[in-house]
Amino acid sequence: MMSSLEKLVDYFVNYSFVRYAFVVGLLIALCSSLLGVTLVLKRFSFIGDGLSHVAFGAMAVAAVTGLTNRMAIVLPVTLLAAILLLRTGQNTKIKGDAAVAMISVGALAIGYMLMNVFPASSNISGDVCSTLFGSTSILTLRPLDVTLCVIMAVVVLAIFLLFYHKIFAVTFDESFAQASGIQANLYNFIIAVVTAMIIVLAMNLVGSLLISALIIFPALSAMRVFKSFKSVIICSAVISVVCAAAGIILSILFSTPVGSTIVTADIVVFFGFWAVSAITGGKRA
Amino acid sequence: MIQITCKDAVLGYEDGIVAEGLNFIVEEGDYLCILGENGSGKSTLVKALLGLKSQKSGEITRHTKGIGYLPQQTIVQRDFPASVREIVRSGCLSGSGLRPFYTKEEKQRADETMQQLGIDHLAKRCYRDLSGGQQQRVLLARALCATKHLLLLDEPVTGLDPKAQLDLYEMIARLNKEGVTIIMVSHDVNAAVRYASHILHIGSRKQLFFGTVDEYRNSRVGQSFLAAGGLDDEQS
Repeated sequence: MMSSLEKLVDYFVNYSFVRYAFVVGLLIALCSSLLGVTLVLKRFSFIGDGLSHVAFGAMAVAAVTGLTNRMAIVLPVTLLAAILLLRTGQNTKIKGDAAVAMISVGALAIGYMLMNVFPASSNISGDVCSTLFGSTSILTLRPLDVTLCVIMAVVVLAIFLLFYHKIFAVTFDESFAQASGIQANLYNFIIAVVTAMIIVLAMNLVGSLLISALIIFPALSAMRVFKSFKSVIICSAVISVVCAAAGIILSILFSTPVGSTIVTADIVVFFGFWAVSAITGGKRA
Repeated sequence: MIQITCKDAVLGYEDGIVAEGLNFIVEEGDYLCILGENGSGKSTLVKALLGLKSQKSGEITRHTKGIGYLPQQTIVQRDFPASVREIVRSGCLSGSGLRPFYTKEEKQRADETMQQLGIDHLAKRCYRDLSGGQQQRVLLARALCATKHLLLLDEPVTGLDPKAQLDLYEMIARLNKEGVTIIMVSHDVNAAVRYASHILHIGSRKQLFFGTVDEYRNSRVGQSFLAAGGLDDEQS
């Protein structure tokens, strides 16, 4: 045990990429969990999945066109998709879940095809795999990526804290919020934008297939046990950060893939909370 | 003092008219019950009264600042993790602008309203663990936090057991006696004639009746509707 701890400290002191991974990982976990509660409650759990596939498609386009700054394409495209998807809630020709499914698989297919038709490197399946599961990118962050990530995380946190009560009102009861003069559409828009930002950020950490897990698991765990919105939010943030930290540490020690290790930690915590609620609450399983 | 005037209003969507010829006024202290079958345009009228939807023609004027709205329950709310206090306080949000926190007065207003409706002991409880009647009281308190002048209730007793329905009706009647103007959408005609002061009856696509409850009892539309709705229930 001591030796693995020493190994960890050694990594942390000697390798900047480990420190970067920690900072970025924890920030992403924090941001994604905050919004997760709102998305789960608004029945938008799958929006993370849909958007991340869009981001994957955009990433493929960026790779094919050989852009050095991939964010320049990925972020705006994902933002656009988020706004479109959250808008469908209001005037529904195509129902919300169908729209998500459509955009999600569509972007996935086109992205994969582009990567195959115009290969940017000889190792296509490696490229695809790392975009989907984020296998190594968290450990290859450059200082610029870290700065960008910190800035975006601060923006997300600021928006969330500033509009906390309004986000609560819009999540709980959109029609009442609207009737009392809160611009529900504006806040839905803000939620969409922030979601897209988090997705793009989180692609580095867990890859596009596993982002949903990062968004929904901490929220669902917290909702099992806690009874007020504030405590659910705080608890889900704590769960998410702790799981991300544990996941990163374990993946370094046992050289497992970072993303799936974090998600596994989230799943373990979820079952722990579920057991607690089953024992204490009884009626809510 | 007149709080709402509705003059020759026509409501509808792009592809058709939902209700037309709507003429009524709501004065301070009134208890107006809006009756009508499903699909008669009641919910469209509610949206128009709240100012969320504009009428196709005619006039709807609100002379009061803000309406306390009690919407129909949504599926989302049934398993929502929020404490009663958080929900009631969210009624104070109207007019808070960009301020990211509640003021002391707003918090106090929420506490007083909870006392007024007898739910102050539930303040820390989780909304989803309450009974249907308690949940409606919480939403009523939230609406009262928004304004003490005019409440708009959209089928508030739907899904409640008879005892809880009665409690809620009594509570709304008490608020009305304390000076709160009430507009209630309902299809419970017996409760309407028992508690309301005025009735607005919308048939398919047009207004059938507007007037006091006594006038309604003596009108043809009122008599036929009351007969169909089962007068026995009311007398028992």
